[in-house]
Amino acid sequence: MWDYVKLIIFAVIAVLAGIAANNAHDLAYLVNALTVLLVAAVMFLYTLRHMGEGGAPAPQDEYLDGVIRAGVIATAFWGVVGFAVGTFIAFQLAFPELNFEWAQGYLNFGKLRPLHTSAVIFAFGGNALIASSFYVVQRTSAARLWGGNAAWFVFWGYQLVIVLAATGYLLGATQSKEYAEPEWYVDWWLTAVWVVYLAVFFGTILKRKERHIYVANWFYLSFIITIAMLHVFNNLAVPVSIFGSKSVQVFAGVQDAMTQWWYGHNAVGFFLTAGFLGMMYYFVPKQAERPVYSYKLSIIHFWALIFLYIWAGPHHLHYTALPDWAQTLGMVFSVMLWMPSWGGMINGLMTLSGAWDKLRTDPIIRMMVISVAFYGMSTFEGPMMSIRAVNSLSHYTDWTIGHVHSGALGWNGMITFGMLYFLTPRLWNRERLYSTTLVNWHFWLATIGIVLYAASMWVTGIMEGLMWREVDANGFLVNAFADTVEAKFPMYVVRATGGLLYITGALIMCFNLWKTVTSVGAREAEAHATIAAE
Amino acid sequence: MSKKPLQKKPEVGTTGHSWDGIEELNNPLPRWWLWLFYATIIWGLIWTILYPAWPISSQGATPGLLGYSSRQAVEADIRKFEERNAPLDQKLVAADLTTVRDDAELYSYAVKGGAAVFRTWCAQCHGSGAQGAVGFPNLLDDDWLWGGTIEDIYYTVAHGVRNEDDPDARYSEMPKWGEILEPEEIDAVVQYVLKISGQSHDAARAEAGATVFADNCAACHGDDGKGDPAQGAPNLTDAIWLYGGDEAAITESVTNSRFGVMPAWSTRLSDAQVRQAALYVHQLGGGQ
Repeated sequence: MWDYVKLIIFAVIAVLAGIAANNAHDLAYLVNALTVLLVAAVMFLYTLRHMGEGGAPAPQDEYLDGVIRAGVIATAFWGVVGFAVGTFIAFQLAFPELNFEWAQGYLNFGKLRPLHTSAVIFAFGGNALIASSFYVVQRTSAARLWGGNAAWFVFWGYQLVIVLAATGYLLGATQSKEYAEPEWYVDWWLTAVWVVYLAVFFGTILKRKERHIYVANWFYLSFIITIAMLHVFNNLAVPVSIFGSKSVQVFAGVQDAMTQWWYGHNAVGFFLTAGFLGMMYYFVPKQAERPVYSYKLSIIHFWALIFLYIWAGPHHLHYTALPDWAQTLGMVFSVMLWMPSWGGMINGLMTLSGAWDKLRTDPIIRMMVISVAFYGMSTFEGPMMSIRAVNSLSHYTDWTIGHVHSGALGWNGMITFGMLYFLTPRLWNRERLYSTTLVNWHFWLATIGIVLYAASMWVTGIMEGLMWREVDANGFLVNAFADTVEAKFPMYVVRATGGLLYITGALIMCFNLWKTVTSVGAREAEAHATIAAE
Repeated sequence: MSKKPLQKKPEVGTTGHSWDGIEELNNPLPRWWLWLFYATIIWGLIWTILYPAWPISSQGATPGLLGYSSRQAVEADIRKFEERNAPLDQKLVAADLTTVRDDAELYSYAVKGGAAVFRTWCAQCHGSGAQGAVGFPNLLDDDWLWGGTIEDIYYTVAHGVRNEDDPDARYSEMPKWGEILEPEEIDAVVQYVLKISGQSHDAARAEAGATVFADNCAACHGDDGKGDPAQGAPNLTDAIWLYGGDEAAITESVTNSRFGVMPAWSTRLSDAQVRQAALYVHQLGGGQ
């Protein structure tokens, strides 16, 4: 019966997508509609060929790990894609000739930059969050994922969001809102996927066998709920036509800007911080085999972080049309956020007390520790940059780019790599990683890459901020904008080199993970996927 | 390395929970953490009393004890310089541009101000070094489309070229000869232009082109092809080209003509700033 329902759904989607493609007003919409048509048609045929097979009922005493394996692969894949685009556009900034004449309008910096940010945040980071949250919530609740194959819908639905968004960007479909570029129909689809994600995650928590909810799951849950709210409000838009990609925002002017940065800052706060803290709270104690440092700290810093983050957005709009009072509030909430952010760092680092010696022998622990250290550094830097006087120097400069990347490459990237190294042998039931030496190589390449990146951006950021504001005794500007661009060139080369080191490390990781799956012996001990007894 | 046991303090004990083997210690909040957290909260409260912060009144938000406003702060900053520069600006507006150079203080002020105006408004097209680009004249040389005296430059900056905002803008228009002449004639006249600009050319076709030039082009570009600044007609005999001097570029210029536009800066900048910009450009090297 369910098979017939699925057939009808896929057929209807395919027909609607065909109609949409036929009436498309623009190329991006046409390509997206054809993509959906293709996906629905393939799913239709697949369902048809497997009609009535039913298959064995899912074993309820085992965790649902297939979707997490897929998530691990997707995370590594999109990571490499996102890093590659990022490294390329870094070179484009240093050498503008790389904006090839034959690729104008498709592969120039302006088109590729949002592709890079979305690929690393939502494709790489998002897959890491979904996969790890599915893993963590099952293990810490001692329950199989709720909702049967709904988790698979979340996985594949999310990949479709990524593909639709990415092709849309290159063909010119964008709302021009930072981190919220996808147009209205992709937003609708993501909303549907996200609601199912919340249902699967929350459903699993509800059927948990443990009495308490583990701290990692608080963070994951806050991330899923808040992102849903932010996504819906920031993407309130009216399509110009249902057969075109263009839409008009509901908010206008400074209200739109404020909504955008309320969203934008909390994409950082909840997607890249709260969600990843969830990851940290599981994988660091597991890898260190030590208890979490302080339960009390985890409660206090969780609620303080959740409450304070949501008000900090206005610090992105210092010295703009945003009224001064909103700027002040954004700034003081950002400064108050400093200690709640550091609570996570303390709990992460202090969890290692009694196990510091592992830093010498275990490069995965080292990766996680440097990740938490970068988290601490950028959550100090952030409140500092939100102070209006500091911001008057740092705003619109490369300092902001450096700040974002010490967080993204250091904190998000490194903890995700640690997570992938932790999960791969367990999910594929291997007795160990293929090579610890290669993990070591990855660690050092990535670390040096980040240092080159962050240091060069600090230098150029502060330099260009000072050059922009430099006036002579009569108040006349001393430098033209082009002068600052010229002065930044050497640092742009250093930054791109840092990116090159970082992606090299990631490629080594992919090789290592691949060899772990294909050529390391199976784990002898207990099956990893069996749900722990009470 | 120290051989002391790693755990010196007595274990604090756990909360008794265990998830997938993860336990939680019952450590208290680190004191320094807690006090710093309190300190930032107190600092935040004080800040919101000093600065505009709480949107509670119907007139807007609390103004803060310091009476700070970002707009007033930047206005005060600008006013400080404007007041300092006002006497010089008044003097510059009243001055005869040809003799400003004799007043060393005024001249130095004007050129510095012009450099700032240029970096902000002109560099986008003419380049930050005034070196120009294809379609945008180089201002460092002594080749001038509309004249290179200080008064000519001042007029061009103030009124612009071929714009629709200013009825006094410099204006001239070269016909699209592709709609008037035969392809062979265009080919011939291009060879002639190559010849008078000292480039390699086909002598026979250039000869034919001489007639075409005399009949059609000389009215503006002059019998000798040296141009006419009164009409913005470029000199064709030098090696300086606005849109390129090879055969293909000249053919394109003759066939479809060009129509470069420059804004009228007097509609956006003060007269003092326009004068500063003109004096700056004039002293770059090619001023006449």
